[in-house]
Amino acid sequence: MIPIGHFLILSAMLFAVGAAGVIISRNLLIMLMSIELMLNAANLAIIAFSRMNNIVDGHVFVFIVFAVAAAEAAVGLAIIIMIFRNRESINADNFSLLKR
Amino acid sequence: MEQPLYLIPLFPLIGFLLNGLLLGRLGKKTISFIACTSVGLSFLFGLKFFFDLLSLPDTARIIENVFFTWIPAGQFHVNVAFLLDPLSAVMVLVVSGVSFIIHIYSIGYMHDDAGYGRYFTYLNLFVFSMLMLVLADNYLLMFVGWEGVGLCSYLLIGFWFEKKSASDAGKKAFIVNRIGDFGFLLGMFIIFWQTGSLDFKTALDPAVAHSVFAVGGGMITAATLLMFLGATGKSAQIPLYVWLPDAMEGPTPVSALIHAATMVTAGVYMIARSNVLYMMAPATMAVVAIVGVATAIFAGSIALAQNDIKRVLAYSTVSQLGYMFTACGVAAFSAGIFHLMTHAFFKALLFLGSGSVIHAMAGQQDMRYMGGLKKRMPITFWTFLIATLAITGIPGLSGFFSKDEILWKSFSSDYGSIWIWLIGLITAGMTAFYMFRLVFLTFYGEERMDSHTREHLHESPKVMTVPLSILAVLSVIGGYVGIPHILGGDNRFEKFLEPVMKGVHHSVEGEHALASAAHNGSTELILMVGSVVLVAVFIYLAYHFYIKNIAAAGKLRQRFSGLHKIIYGKYFVDELYNAVIVQPLVVGSKFLWKIFDVLIIDGFINGMAVIIGDMSTGLRPAQSGILRTYTTIFLVGVIVILGIVLIFG
Amino acid sequence: MLDLIIFYFAAVIAVGAAVMMIMQRNPVASVLYLVVSLVAQAILYVQLNALFVGALLIIIYTGAILVLFLFVIMLLNLRGEHFGGKQSRMGRASKIAITVILFAEMVAIFKQVAIPERIGTQAAAVAEDFGSVEMVASHLFKEYLYPFELTSILLLVAIVGAVVLAKRDKTEKMEDA
Repeated sequence: MIPIGHFLILSAMLFAVGAAGVIISRNLLIMLMSIELMLNAANLAIIAFSRMNNIVDGHVFVFIVFAVAAAEAAVGLAIIIMIFRNRESINADNFSLLKR
Repeated sequence: MEQPLYLIPLFPLIGFLLNGLLLGRLGKKTISFIACTSVGLSFLFGLKFFFDLLSLPDTARIIENVFFTWIPAGQFHVNVAFLLDPLSAVMVLVVSGVSFIIHIYSIGYMHDDAGYGRYFTYLNLFVFSMLMLVLADNYLLMFVGWEGVGLCSYLLIGFWFEKKSASDAGKKAFIVNRIGDFGFLLGMFIIFWQTGSLDFKTALDPAVAHSVFAVGGGMITAATLLMFLGATGKSAQIPLYVWLPDAMEGPTPVSALIHAATMVTAGVYMIARSNVLYMMAPATMAVVAIVGVATAIFAGSIALAQNDIKRVLAYSTVSQLGYMFTACGVAAFSAGIFHLMTHAFFKALLFLGSGSVIHAMAGQQDMRYMGGLKKRMPITFWTFLIATLAITGIPGLSGFFSKDEILWKSFSSDYGSIWIWLIGLITAGMTAFYMFRLVFLTFYGEERMDSHTREHLHESPKVMTVPLSILAVLSVIGGYVGIPHILGGDNRFEKFLEPVMKGVHHSVEGEHALASAAHNGSTELILMVGSVVLVAVFIYLAYHFYIKNIAAAGKLRQRFSGLHKIIYGKYFVDELYNAVIVQPLVVGSKFLWKIFDVLIIDGFINGMAVIIGDMSTGLRPAQSGILRTYTTIFLVGVIVILGIVLIFG
Repeated sequence: MLDLIIFYFAAVIAVGAAVMMIMQRNPVASVLYLVVSLVAQAILYVQLNALFVGALLIIIYTGAILVLFLFVIMLLNLRGEHFGGKQSRMGRASKIAITVILFAEMVAIFKQVAIPERIGTQAAAVAEDFGSVEMVASHLFKEYLYPFELTSILLLVAIVGAVVLAKRDKTEKMEDA
């Protein structure tokens, strides 16, 4: 069988890839997807710990994280639609209004 | 005993809110109806609770009413609670009764004034605050009322604020009172610090007071002196009396109500209320007595030479308040309260009478242009004469009993001395002289006003003369509640107040007091007769100078022209204060404004702003506005924190 | 042994698909790569006895959330938009370095925090029904009832927020017309 550590390292790897996606990609949609990926990396770690400690509560947390992810995706996508409608672009580098 | 005492101050508050919120929408009749009814109801409820109080046995005469908890902060606990004991009962009846009469009078006096509604609004607020002051069961709530009456006093002195002198007088009253309030607050803090409570029940319990304060100790002396400073502000004693004469800029009924009958006596009430503490500080008692008697003679002498009818009365008020403080200072608190009550009647009457005169003279206040009004305004004249007889202390009228008791106590009490008595006696003579000078100049002699005014002279309407008559009756009979033992009475007034004067009981041994009273029986009678004779002599002098031989007065004035100048100029105290206190403050403030504020403070602030502005300009490129840069920096931060956790964790 | 093979197989797919996802220019392809990555992760969930949650992962993510992404992409009619202006090699390299450091630190933390003997070996056997629908549900509706109900409020708020954000307001319509 597989040691729990393997899962944890895999989860860290997925999280790092997600983080890379957020900071490298210029496409708002892909940034949002990368965030979803990071959430799932965290989920994997939670499931692994849950298995290690033989406590099923972790599954409940994951369930709640799903709900949060769904909510986040809904609001995030709505914001992207708004931005696209106003600016005809989803390039994150185009939106530097905070500068002024 | 628990009773809904809040009903007493409630009605003036309602009247104030109604008149204040609907200002300018009500007719004059409605306004005066609301104002007078509310105060009348207060008086009736006060009367009801007074009889409830009387129905209780002597020792248990306390009605309480906790309305709600106001400040619960740890050990500091203050209720909005009311307390009716004999002392506050007397005050409630005097305040609401005199207020009611003056409200009625004001209907006539203020009839043509544009600020009619505003006037009654302020007046109701005043009555509310004053009732809070006297009904409060702790110092803090008392202070609320204290400040409330101060505010109303300011508003009403400056009632005709278009006139610069009136608004200046209002400001002066407010600022001078501020000095006193500062002392009162500090005194309050000391009391709370030492006893842990501001409730009268705890802080003024002789057992508590004796357990935390040493008799004659520094702490109690400081507390009582500071509170006395508050009293000198509110009750116009040396050195803070200067505002009261100027306060005569307000409407005359206001002078009668606030600046003669009620508000200015708040200091006397406060000291009588705190008698337990004052009795423990003999040094303070001496100060109170000396300040009181000095104020009495000082203000009395100024009144001798004033020509403005209201100013004479104003200085007379200061002088009479001095009497009350003298009484407090010689541990005769009930005598002070007694004089407070009788003074409220006859001084209110004097002011209202002078208001009636001024009304008839179309605003003229200078006595040199009056005269001969006796025939023109008989009711005003007779009531005024009764009040004058009362204040001078003619036997049989209220002033005689109260003033004589104060003089006797200042002579016989352990705290008194023959000198205090002597000064008090001279002041009584002065009072007789200046009061009769006023009467003779105003009502007797030839008519010195111009012909136009003379044609319009008329007796005031009923709505003004009826209050005058009521007050005249009170001025006569008001003294009979406290006939001294020596004249066959049993001084019921003093007995009534006895439960409140725990401090006096505590320190003076009963048998000792009785023994001295028996011993001095004949002395008391002799002193009484002596003072009456002196008063009569001074009345004759006034008659001599102002009726019989008018030239003599002028000659006398010329002979002592220097002295007259000083007295006429009120000893130049205002000028002195101006030079010593006001001018340095103005110069100092100008320095602080021009140099300290503009150069140093503003320079510092602006310098900081410039420095920060420059620094931010340098940092500005970091705010690229690009989302990915921000997230990258955010991640770097995460990495740094994780690194710290790894290395040091 | 078979378990290990399946683990490595799924792990390589999950990470590889994730990397491909962030490299794509066309968002539709990105979404599809994410689907692949998530399905591979679901296999790992099953290996961890989390049958129910693994099923939920596929149903919620691939079935709902990612379909929503696809809808938005279609709605906005996005193709492989070329953003122009290549970013500097240095910038990209430094960003990759940052994520590598992040990964290293996380691994170090797991090593430091977790108990080695339990993490290095396979976990002890668990009950037969561990992670079953029944067991998760009994936890969810007994111990975690209030948090669970609160998620419904969260979702409601998200719905309202999304509707408000995405709605065209009247003035905008007038301009369009």
